[in-house]
Amino acid sequence: MAQTQTRESGVHTVAVTVNGKQYSREVEPRQLLVYFIREQLGLTGTHVGCDTSQCGACTILLDGTAVKACTILAVQADGADIKTIEGYAEVGGKLHPIQQAFWEEHGLQCGFCTPGMVIAIDQLLRDNPNPTEAEVRRGLDGNLCRCTGYQNIVKSALSAGRKLRGEEPFEKPDLALSEPASAGAH
Amino acid sequence: MFPAKFAYAAPSTLQEAVGLLEDPDAKVLAGGHSLLPLMKLRLAQPKLLVDIGRIPGLAYVRREDGVLAVGALATYRDLQQSQDVEQAVPVLAEAAHEVGDPQVRAKGTFVGSLAHADPSGDLPAVALALGGVVRALGPNGEREIDLDGFFVDMLTTQLQEREIIREVRLNVPPAGAGSAYVKFDQPASHYALTGICAVISLGGGTISSARVGVTGVGPKAYRPTAVEQALVGKAPEEEAVKAAVQSVADGIDVQGDIHAGTEYRAHLARVLTRRAVLQAAQRARG
Repeated sequence: MAQTQTRESGVHTVAVTVNGKQYSREVEPRQLLVYFIREQLGLTGTHVGCDTSQCGACTILLDGTAVKACTILAVQADGADIKTIEGYAEVGGKLHPIQQAFWEEHGLQCGFCTPGMVIAIDQLLRDNPNPTEAEVRRGLDGNLCRCTGYQNIVKSALSAGRKLRGEEPFEKPDLALSEPASAGAH
Repeated sequence: MFPAKFAYAAPSTLQEAVGLLEDPDAKVLAGGHSLLPLMKLRLAQPKLLVDIGRIPGLAYVRREDGVLAVGALATYRDLQQSQDVEQAVPVLAEAAHEVGDPQVRAKGTFVGSLAHADPSGDLPAVALALGGVVRALGPNGEREIDLDGFFVDMLTTQLQEREIIREVRLNVPPAGAGSAYVKFDQPASHYALTGICAVISLGGGTISSARVGVTGVGPKAYRPTAVEQALVGKAPEEEAVKAAVQSVADGIDVQGDIHAGTEYRAHLARVLTRRAVLQAAQRARG
């Protein structure tokens, strides 16, 4: 853990692990965690939407729990283990089951809210692996979609739940999107 | 949005934190979900933030005899997930579930909510209805402050400038009591336009004791003691309860804003108090 004991208003060293990789940077105390992640670590998948802890575009996992990075100081995260949207797909491009569900269920339109939605749904499904539709809607209370694409976001969350519970294949059989043709074609 | 410049310290003990508060422009940072938004808007510009978030052993929620002890760093999410809360004081989890949204609840703290004393905060009403004490550490050691009287005015409590709440001790309602938190929220912010917590005991078919906490109505959370007294001896039924709760906003400097004017808010207080009392009574019957 780093040198957060100093009282001068100058820089503090913040060391974090993000998506399994260690980083150490100098920050002003007033640096917000979301800007630290985006501008100092260059991980721009975490978005700044409302900047007032309402829209959830800046949602990340901080020590395993979904939080809003616009309302946390970078210095508060010193020593933390962080996961951002860049940490979800596997190396090589295989999507996380939640991302796959968004792909199949058309869970995104402009995509701006999607990183926060995916991470909020990750938390939701770890807390409650088999949620009702009402529980999904309530659980996404902290995330806004300005395209108002909520129907398909909710469908994506429910589909992701089924995938993670093993009740639905990772890839929907009728959506072999990367295949040039299905079995019946020549 | 960035806060104005400040210095930052992360002490490893509460004593050390109290020492740092000798700076009159210092503020305590725990979850930060009330303070940091104010700082980003530059409504608050402390010169020093004393982050108690790294002090070990303060994130507890546990039952001790007839009391639920909540440490300074326990989050709303901790309250929602606590077995002790679920068994002994379920209304606390019910109310915690009404705060903000899941991400906010993962970071914001119960004790911070009481220290901040937002007139629309949910948990002050629950703390008052349950009753208990605040244990605060200051330069002269620790003292207990009764929750009755703890809230002084809008955003103002009995805490002195150099005091930090170490824990809040809430009374566990007696066996057989029922409790409920009923809220009408502002749909975007989820702050309470009005929120009512009722703790009701029954005996011989009537209400034998009632405690009520009100938030969102006046400049601070309060107990409508005339209502509590009027409820005793009444049947837990619609008309009797409705009559007993009519004075819930009497004598209160009811706050009005663009979301709810004063008359509407006082009306909400009467309606929601009736609903909270009836629901608590229903639960008391089991």
